[in-house]
Amino acid sequence: MIANYGYKDGSGEYYISIDTDKCIDCTAARACLTACPKNMFEIITDDYDDEVAWVKKESTRTLAYSCAECKPAGGYTSLPCITACTPGAIKHSW
Amino acid sequence: MITAGIDMGSRSVKVVLLEEIKVDGAPQLNYAVKKAHLMMPGDIDADQAAEKAFTEALAAAGVSRDQVKSVFATGAGRKQVEFATEGVTEMTAGARGAVYMYPQARTVVDVGAEEGRGIKTDSDGKAIDFAGNEKCAAGAGSFAEAMSRALQLTLKEFGEASLRSDKSIPMNAQCTVFAESEVVSLIHSATPKEDIAKAVLDAVASRVCAMVRRVGIEGNVVLIGGMVHNPGFVQSLKNAMDVDQVLLPELPEFVSALGCALIAAERQH
Repeated sequence: MIANYGYKDGSGEYYISIDTDKCIDCTAARACLTACPKNMFEIITDDYDDEVAWVKKESTRTLAYSCAECKPAGGYTSLPCITACTPGAIKHSW
Repeated sequence: MITAGIDMGSRSVKVVLLEEIKVDGAPQLNYAVKKAHLMMPGDIDADQAAEKAFTEALAAAGVSRDQVKSVFATGAGRKQVEFATEGVTEMTAGARGAVYMYPQARTVVDVGAEEGRGIKTDSDGKAIDFAGNEKCAAGAGSFAEAMSRALQLTLKEFGEASLRSDKSIPMNAQCTVFAESEVVSLIHSATPKEDIAKAVLDAVASRVCAMVRRVGIEGNVVLIGGMVHNPGFVQSLKNAMDVDQVLLPELPEFVSALGCALIAAERQH
């Protein structure tokens, strides 16, 4: 399943997408968990008994603020979550 | 065999009791809804509310608790339903219920009191793509409810009023609190209530539509969740999605609970 978590800020509407099928046999040793400076990801057992990455429920409420810090203005040249997720499950729409 | 699905929403608890019907020679299992029961809890104790709603549903259906093989829960408060055998996400439950009711449906739009989401499903009712947004009332039913209060209309009057308007007034605020001040400004500028109602519902529809477009509009579109009872919202959403026809279940708020009960039944086999 592709899970899209959306948020809006003053500059537009954005989505973090996780292709959870790519999480099942994660070859990056769940690196997303430690890569996100805001600790937004967690591993859950989904409805089909697969262990996949997910954006924590409480984090979905603050994406506009949390993700803003990883944009170029925050000093990052690449997004830590995308860099860490070598299977390419995590994408951002900006 | 009887299974139960409980959709523990932020404003109401929905319970569906499902009975498996054995039909000799039928290629697949058949089910019948034994009871669909909705309760609006008057308190904030979610577990007690779920227990009460479940007990009421059992009593109304004349079913004992022992007869229920499995209870699955979904919704924002699913983890608080302590007596549930298992919990499933709103996406899984909504997709399963919608495709059971409308096998041709591939796009499910779920708008409840607290959240809205767009779901793409396969022919088995398995969610393959979904988009949700930040927890924000401006894309859900509680926003419409708050704005109807500001206009001193009931929700029914609010929805019907919007259908009488052909004006498009953009609402810029992304937040219920700020949107309410926009509504107050419109009231003070003597804007007719029906135009304000349409502006509010267009704004909700626009937010929901953005999520649906993220997953892509494919095949038949089915709308589920309590907001489907608002005809003005349904029209605004059809306009926003640019589709002529959407599938509207008779009891849209029960579709996720139905999906839950179906998954509970299927996992018994």
